[in-house]
Amino acid sequence: MRWRVVVPVAVLIALVGLLGYGLTRDPHTLPSAYLNRAAPTLALPSLADETQAVRLADMAGRVTLVNVWASWCVACRSEVSELAELSETTDIPVVGIDYKDTRDEASRWLRRFGNPYARIAFDESGSTGIDWGISGVPETFVIGRDGQIKDKIVGPVTAEVRRKRLVPLIEQLKAES
Amino acid sequence: MTHRIRCFFVLLLVCCAPGLCLAQAAESLDAASQARYHALIAELRCVVCQNRSIAESDAPLAGDLRHVVERQIRAGQSNAAIKRYLVDRYGDWILYDPPWQRSTVLLWTGPFLLLAIGALLIAALMRRERSVPSEATIKVGRDDHGDRLGQILADDRANRSEPKQ
Repeated sequence: MRWRVVVPVAVLIALVGLLGYGLTRDPHTLPSAYLNRAAPTLALPSLADETQAVRLADMAGRVTLVNVWASWCVACRSEVSELAELSETTDIPVVGIDYKDTRDEASRWLRRFGNPYARIAFDESGSTGIDWGISGVPETFVIGRDGQIKDKIVGPVTAEVRRKRLVPLIEQLKAES
Repeated sequence: MTHRIRCFFVLLLVCCAPGLCLAQAAESLDAASQARYHALIAELRCVVCQNRSIAESDAPLAGDLRHVVERQIRAGQSNAAIKRYLVDRYGDWILYDPPWQRSTVLLWTGPFLLLAIGALLIAALMRRERSVPSEATIKVGRDDHGDRLGQILADDRANRSEPKQ
């Protein structure tokens, strides 16, 4: 009766494999409902100047990074240098959405930690954040030339994420006409 | 002493305040809408603290989502429309009751599949169990170990009529 031994061992190995695979997945990283769909509308007053509007449509035709951040978000500090470097090396604009913040604190934060953004939209109520389906701050979206969301990074952009995930994707998107 | 007790009650009130706010959020709605509101927020999952509904969660985003639901009910949206609005933004993930579709087939049928596998296993084991005694009897009986053993086996067979059939 060899199967009496083989079957339970096989089941056990399969179970351990499945559970082990489960450990490698981060349950906090939700797939974006917008993946490969048109990005939601972004039309908000600018952080620096209330009378000016920041629109994603202004970037039409360019590969763009949209980064949701806030001055109260500690993790956001660590990604400033990564965003700046990414923007510089790949030559794409980073549009910031300042989520549920105050203008004073946001300006102070930018002076202190640096400003990697081409434009910053000021989302005081957080309603644009909900429109974009964010579950926390920071979150970063890659927008293709066609205005579709191509990728979403939950949590801060680290050097590894930038090099292995964002730069290759952005270069590929830029190569598409 | 009375001062302490008073302090305790003040503290209790302060602790309960968030709960009061939760209930108050939809107070201005009429009774039917309020029932809808409470049913809906219990069905929607909080995207921050993932094992709670937005009704239970204290996360700021859950509060915002409750306001979204409230606003949309006020605007006369149907339950289906409100759910669609949120699913468009957060995916099916936000529903505690995910719809039946290709990606959720395993989710919905999985428990029944496991139940069926378990039932089959038990049935197979029971059938084996039932066939074991007769096999043993036949084997020993054929071995021809003398009259005494044959006698015992014959008695045994006569005594247990049930399992053989």
